[in-house]
Amino acid sequence: MIISIKKTFKGGIHPQEYKILTEHKSFEIIPSPNEITIPLSQHSGKESIPVVKKNDRVKIGTLIAKENGFISSPIHSSIAGTVSSISKTFLQTGFQKTSIVIKKDTSNETEFLQPLDYDTVSSQEIIQRVREAGIVGLGGAAFPTYVKLSPPSDKKIDYIILNACECEPYLTRDYRLILERTEEVIKGLLLIMKATNVQKGVIGIEDNKPKAIKKLKEILIDYPQIQLIVLKTKYPQGAEKMLIKAVLGREVPPGKLPLDVGVIVQNVGTAIAIYDAVIKGVPSIYAYITVSGKGIKEPKNLIVPIGTSLKNLIDFCGGLTEDARRIVIGGPMMGFAQFDLSVPVTKATSGILILTEEEVKEYPETNCLRCGICVSVCPLKLTPTKLARLIQKKRFEEAAKLNVSLCMECGTCAYSCPAYIPLVQWLRLGKQWALANKI
Amino acid sequence: MNERVNLKEFEYRSSPHLHSKFSTTKVMWLVNLSLLPCLISGVIFFGPYQLIIVLTAIVFSILTEFLIQKFTNQKITITDGSAFLTGLLLALTLPPNFSLTATALGSIFAIGIGKQVFGGLGYNIFNPALAGRAFLQAAFPVEITTWTKPAYSIDAISSATPLAAFKYDKVLTELKPLIVGNIGGCIGETSSIAILIGGIFLILIGIVNYRIPLAMIVGIFLFGGIFNFIDASKYPPPIFHLFSGGFMLGAFFMATDYVTSPVTSKGMWIYGLGISLIIIIIRLFGGVPEGVMYSILFMNAFVPLINRYTIPKPFGLKE
Repeated sequence: MIISIKKTFKGGIHPQEYKILTEHKSFEIIPSPNEITIPLSQHSGKESIPVVKKNDRVKIGTLIAKENGFISSPIHSSIAGTVSSISKTFLQTGFQKTSIVIKKDTSNETEFLQPLDYDTVSSQEIIQRVREAGIVGLGGAAFPTYVKLSPPSDKKIDYIILNACECEPYLTRDYRLILERTEEVIKGLLLIMKATNVQKGVIGIEDNKPKAIKKLKEILIDYPQIQLIVLKTKYPQGAEKMLIKAVLGREVPPGKLPLDVGVIVQNVGTAIAIYDAVIKGVPSIYAYITVSGKGIKEPKNLIVPIGTSLKNLIDFCGGLTEDARRIVIGGPMMGFAQFDLSVPVTKATSGILILTEEEVKEYPETNCLRCGICVSVCPLKLTPTKLARLIQKKRFEEAAKLNVSLCMECGTCAYSCPAYIPLVQWLRLGKQWALANKI
Repeated sequence: MNERVNLKEFEYRSSPHLHSKFSTTKVMWLVNLSLLPCLISGVIFFGPYQLIIVLTAIVFSILTEFLIQKFTNQKITITDGSAFLTGLLLALTLPPNFSLTATALGSIFAIGIGKQVFGGLGYNIFNPALAGRAFLQAAFPVEITTWTKPAYSIDAISSATPLAAFKYDKVLTELKPLIVGNIGGCIGETSSIAILIGGIFLILIGIVNYRIPLAMIVGIFLFGGIFNFIDASKYPPPIFHLFSGGFMLGAFFMATDYVTSPVTSKGMWIYGLGISLIIIIIRLFGGVPEGVMYSILFMNAFVPLINRYTIPKPFGLKE
């Protein structure tokens, strides 16, 4: 069934999309680099424990680190070669963390998992496979997927939502995956439904992707258990809470999870990773990413072995332009600016953006005009102007009482502020205080 | 292996890395631009001399801002368009052919007392243009109620404003001139259609929130309607209230002033409805025919309180 009354959530913004830079470009496979750096913490939760040591030989797909506790994830090598070191390196967050560095040899040997049969695979087998393949949520938070697929037995789940919004500007990974691997995306969703024993699936997609919608419509005729819901394009609709509100009208209360309202949300990239792991036996060792922005000579959509450095990617895309000013991992609204090109691509990397002077132009900050735009755009209905003012004056307790800790840092307020006040940045400070003081 | 990018050329900032096309300066100049139809209507109906009044108000507003910022060692912000806007708005609420000296004094008061005393843009409690207007109303009570007969007037006898005509003579002006603007009144207030062009433009491009004008219009129909229903011979129909006096300019350009209006959606409704209620009370029972200015200034004073009590419940919490 296809529903296209343009549903959405309240608030939000319409940033310029810039998707035109890469939306027509098919995925290219980047040749695997001579050396890769695979961080042990690529997911939310505890850092994985290495199971290889220096000078060990590994193949493509060899387990190199095992999970550490319930919320953690195993990690596999994305090239064949020799472990050259296990040491601290810079990650996208700006911190130094332990990584396994592997030097490539010429063998290209693989060590994948046993492929499973789509028709006969059981719920338990899917969850087990998702766990051992090291799959994490590829929408950005990198939460271990098998945990999400194993809700406590007292939570009744009635919907799986496939998040195809890709509401961040520039990014076209999920869009290209839908166009190029439509059937597999849908089968990935069906595997998730099977794993969780949920009968109803929904694909939530924004109306700025007509080609992908058309393609999905054609194939979904054969899958009556999946609804396609076309949403009005708006940022941050890809945020779980916003998507659930837009698609089903359900509101996830503060401090609660989607499963508390009977929903599990999975991203298109994750669905493909699940399909590949179950049906092809490939663990989570490739990242599908968009390299874009006006600061890169040839924007591309790429399939990249995890651990590949930014420098390799930039070289493969023709290098930087003269006016490149900022390098960002992730989307432009929530991504991290980078200062070191040795930083590697991880499982959940969705994009690399090279932005120019023109794209990141800022004006000087002025007094708050009390225009209220930040209040009307905040998807979580917070009051950014008031919170920022309290936090500037170090009145953290009052900010905490006004729920600053609920802020998901989508950046909608700072984007919209005509006075160029770094609102979300102030709110982050307030959140940190609230977290440290457990309020 | 360390591939540090050149610190001088690259910037490291936390997200978001994009920004909307609006800045304080751009917003202010776009509001100024959207007042152009009002200004044109003023010139058409009351003659080119009104341009000199407008120019005087703008020059003295900017000059006052410049001097105060200069002598208090603040950053000079006269190019941000906000002092220009105060001058322009003040002039548009003055009677045609108003004294230039008084205009200059009003502008100095508007910026000096209405805005800079409180700390400048963003900190003032009262709409600066209306504060200047209120000062002139008190200082020049005769001049500010001396009206000029408009060009293309259908009413050959009187230059009185429709509100005064109704209050003192129970003469109800027809709708068409009220909308077009060939009636007695302030320079930029008579032509509802000119105000609507600018106002709707601002709503469409996302600068003005529709809630305040809408709340005021709903309020004027509600409260005006109640009295009109009680006694239609004594109280005019709400549509008359809507298109007469300073209501339209007030609803789209004065009450919507960012700094002096609420930031919350619910607050905007309370504020807009409150303004209309006071307008109706002043117009129907007050000693003067018009009450838009006082109503907005009065509600301005409540804005901090309204903001405090209308903070929305976060997403997911039931009201």
